[in-house]
Order: sequence, then structure tokens, then C-alpha cells
Amino acid sequence: MDNIIIYIETEGGKISDVSLELLTKGRTLAGELSCKLEALIIGSSVEQHTQELFNYGAETIYLAQDKRLEHYLTLPYSAITIDLFKKERPQIALFGATSVGRDLAPRVSSALVSGLTADCTSLEIGNHKEAKSGKEYQNLLYQIRPAFGGNIIATIINPDCRPQMATVREGVMKKEPLATPVKGVVKVIETKEIIKTEDFVVEIIERHIEERKIDIKGSPIIIAGGFGVGSKENFNLLYELASVLGAEVGASRAAVDAGFAEGARQIGQTGITVRPKLYIAAGISGQIQHTAGMDQSAMIISINSDPNAPIHQIADYAIIGDMNEIIPRMIKSYKLNSK
Amino acid sequence: MTKKLKIVVLAKQVPDTRNVGKNAMKEDGTVNRAALPAIFNPEDMNALEQALRLKDRHPGSVVLLLTMGPARAAEIIREGYYRGADGGVLLTDRKFAGADTLATSYALAMALKKMHPDIIIAGRQAIDGDTAQVGPQVAEKLNLPQVTYAEEIVGFEKNKLVVKRRLERGVESVRTPLPAVITVHATAPECRPRNAKQLMRFKHARTLTEEQDNEHNSYLPVISPESLRIPEWGVADVGGEESHYGLSGSPTKVKKIENIVFQAKESKRLTSSFEEIDMLMTELISSHTIG
Repeated sequence: MDNIIIYIETEGGKISDVSLELLTKGRTLAGELSCKLEALIIGSSVEQHTQELFNYGAETIYLAQDKRLEHYLTLPYSAITIDLFKKERPQIALFGATSVGRDLAPRVSSALVSGLTADCTSLEIGNHKEAKSGKEYQNLLYQIRPAFGGNIIATIINPDCRPQMATVREGVMKKEPLATPVKGVVKVIETKEIIKTEDFVVEIIERHIEERKIDIKGSPIIIAGGFGVGSKENFNLLYELASVLGAEVGASRAAVDAGFAEGARQIGQTGITVRPKLYIAAGISGQIQHTAGMDQSAMIISINSDPNAPIHQIADYAIIGDMNEIIPRMIKSYKLNSK
Repeated sequence: MTKKLKIVVLAKQVPDTRNVGKNAMKEDGTVNRAALPAIFNPEDMNALEQALRLKDRHPGSVVLLLTMGPARAAEIIREGYYRGADGGVLLTDRKFAGADTLATSYALAMALKKMHPDIIIAGRQAIDGDTAQVGPQVAEKLNLPQVTYAEEIVGFEKNKLVVKRRLERGVESVRTPLPAVITVHATAPECRPRNAKQLMRFKHARTLTEEQDNEHNSYLPVISPESLRIPEWGVADVGGEESHYGLSGSPTKVKKIENIVFQAKESKRLTSSFEEIDMLMTELISSHTIG
């Protein structure tokens, strides 16, 4: 009762990063609320993951294991989740904002008639006083997210319904195991009592998982280009610098829309969220849609000929000038100094 | 095997969030849609195309649009007509106002119960909220299976519909019985253009509300033919619990809205001279940021 449950997603025999990020965040929230942090994991052979969940602070692991549940299927997975939430009545339930989490969480929220906030970028605990009735609420989950195309940041609350549900995108929160794993318990869910044959009416007939060839998220250095780069050819300069520094090339939405770079490279609110140790933004103006996906980078260098471009405001180093001159100079300098 | 299908496309008229002005928000944190250009939600266009393709392959099928919104959202139904749909319904009632995704999906589900579709197709998400919740919530309320992130409705196999899904790291094909809810991803083909004949035929399609407003506009035909009437449904037409609609049916509340303000931090400004860039690169190398 009244605990926090994190839905744990697995992919290719591994726990998804976003689930571990949510456990890390969940520890802080559970600490503030003096409640337990719990995890729900569903699959065909997921026992192997329990130690890792303890490493990340899950005090209770609800384990639903069934050979029919090898791959995510909306109906049986939601049946198990809904059943657990009805019995355990968590105050907060968090899911990754992945194709699985965004398929499962709304279905669960509808069945439980509880509110769900999508794609949160920040979660906090706070109080609320209803202006009309004067009713006061303690320790609500503030679900903070960009809305309206990223032009505003909205704080959403669910004052009266439980669980308070939210999805969070991968890469937005930090992932940090505990120094000492918790000694938690595993509670096995009897799937046969919950899922029915008709929950399997939708069958997967083919599935080919293609690992993302472009791994922007995993790269410690990202060189990103925007519309200001001017052309697909000019992007070659970015690739050149990236290969010298061992970096990946990213792009803003405007650059992707203009055909300068592939969609898989898109960083920002509608693309990937990254937090590399170094982010070099070239020809990017710095619209919030883009910066929402990179402003947590450890260091930002902006290159833009417009001294008033908003990207310079969030940069640690703002270079005012033409990237066609600056990037070759960076390459030259690196080659001179790195020996 | 040819079967006649009744397909309902859920479409939303959305503010064009690429053009948000200062007066776009009301005090209570809800959106002042009137202040923004209204467009057909892009992924709902992809959904409409999938519906029209099914209709092409299954002659005799019917494609209807269902949209919820204020009077001017009738434009969504007209746009559907122009591209080959057979009609649609505008769900409109002051009691729907202030709905979050849950209250919205309740209203849509109640209307769909009256329409008895074989397939419900929607865009994955709308650009004003980006939540991707309404499709799955409608499916749950109607107790139907759902297939989200669809890139292509492939066709029938063993009396079930085969749908190809686009996921983060690849594709997945599933087979679902009907009726079902399918949400369509932006990677699906774009919608076909407007058809000139359909445009000429349906540009005078009006809701009753629009007819009444038109009485003041002498340059427009005062009365369009009955066959071009776009039906408007309110709470009284679709039934259900009043408390489940609109603001009262919405568990999520907007506590606070902040406009984006860039936080200025101490940034060092450099020129493009080689000396300054060289200093920066040397610093990055010595701090092991690069190299």
C-alpha cells in the first residue's frame, strides 16, 4: 500500500536503461515520502534480473513469469499490471516513455480511472492547495513536462486519484546503482490466475529487432548541426570533426526536416535526449525543442555566427563565427595538440 | 476475400504549436486555442491515409471521421471529405471542455459505441500534447485490443488484420482480431492530397451551428443541402455519466505553467580566430574532455 512501483522493461535479455533511471529517481522520491520502492517485472525468464533490481534499490520485486510472456503484449501485460495495482494500491507508478510504456501505461490508467502524465522531464514531491475549495493536499507527485510543442513547462498533478502515474523518457534522469544493494524480497505473481486465453488474441507474427546503428545516446561527445549548417555537404565537416574526436553526429529537428541528416540523429523533444560530457552545437539557434534534449550535457560549446542566438545562453563556451572556418580550426588544433 | 469495413478515424484539430504566441494560454492553464492557427493533427493524417487505403482495397467500405472540439473543428470533417472520407461526426458540447486524455477518451468511446466500427484508426499522438494516450484509453474503455505505433496496415490473414509496427529498434508484425484500435506513427505514408471533385462537392458541408452562424454572412449560401449536414453530437446524444466528461472527469490538473526562459549561465565568448580556438582545444584536452 502507498508505495512506489516502477515498471521494469527488458529488451534483448537486459533491463532497459530507462527502468534503472526510474529506480534511481524512485529511491529519492521514496525517501521523501518514507515509503517503499518496488518494481514490477514481467516476462518469460526474468528471475535473472532480480539482483540488478536490488542493486538499484528495489525493496520488493513483483515477478510475473510465464513462457507466453516472452514479448510484450498489451492485453496480458496490462492485465497483470492492473491486477497488481488494484491489490497493492501504489501511490505512484512510473513507466519508461518507450513504445512499451506508452502502450501499457494509458491502458492501465484508463482501467484504474487515474491520471497519467506523459514524457515527464522532472518529478518532484510537493504540496497543493486547491484554489476553489481550499482543500489542501500533502506530498503530491509534481509531474513536470514540456507541453505545447515545448513552448511551456507544465506541472501536472493528480490530487484525488491513485496511483499517480507518469512516463519518463530514456536518458532524462540519472542512472546510479547503490553502493550496497538492498536486501529485498521477491513476490511471485501467479500469472495463470490473472491472464486469460483471450488476452492472447493479438499475436506477434514477426519481429526483427534492429539495433540502432547510430548510437548517439551512448556517445560521450556529440557534434550536432542545425539548419544553419546550410546543407548536407556542409554536414561532412561535422562528421570529420566527429571522427577526429571519436564523437557521434547529432542534428536538430530543422536539420533533419531539411534532409541534412537522418532522423536517427535527431536530438530534442521529438528526438533523443542526450547528456554527453561534451556537446558541440553548430549552426543551431537553440530553440527549446532542441535544448530540451541536450541542456543536461556536462559541457556545451556553441558555434553560431549570430551573437544573439539563444544557444549561446546555455553554452559554456560560445564561439561567434562561421562554422566553416571554426571547425577546420578545431580539427587542426586538436591534431597539433593531442600528440 | 473482400469485406466491407466500417472504419472510424479519430482526428484532432490542434493548435499549430510551431506558432505559439504570447496569448495562447488562459489563466487556468488550459490552452486558448482560439489564439492559434488550427490544423489537422499530422499523425491523424497518416491514420486517415491508412483508412483510405483499406477502403481502396475493400470496395464498399466506409471511412468516417470522429473529432471532438469546438464548432470550428468541423473543418476536420470537411478535410476528411476532401481526401476521400465518406463523412464524420463532430463531438461538441461545453460539457466536454477542459478534458484531459481520460475524459477525452471517455467521450470518444461513448460516441464510438453508437457508430459500431470494425476498425478504429487514430494518429499515435497529437502535437499539442504529445501524450499518445487517447488511442489506448479508448481501446480499454471499449474493451478492444490495440495496436499502437503502426506503420502499415498490411491486410487480412486468417480473418485477422496484420499490422506492421515501428518500434525503437526495429519492426514487429502483429495479427489482431477486429474490432480493434490502431494508432498510426508518423513514419507511415503521408496522406493523399485533396481531390478536386470532392473539394467542390463538400466545401459547403456544414454543421447546424455553422449554418446558423452563416445567416449573418450574406455571401455564403444560407442553407446547404441536408445531405451536406455534418452531425454534431453532445453529451445528450452519446449518453454516459456526466461527471466523467470534461474537467470533472479529468484526474490530472495543471498546477503550474511556466513559459520557457533561458537561464543565462556564465559563458565564455570566443571569436573564430585560430588563437582562441586553439586555447579552447588545449583546455579541453588537458581536462580530458576530449582526447
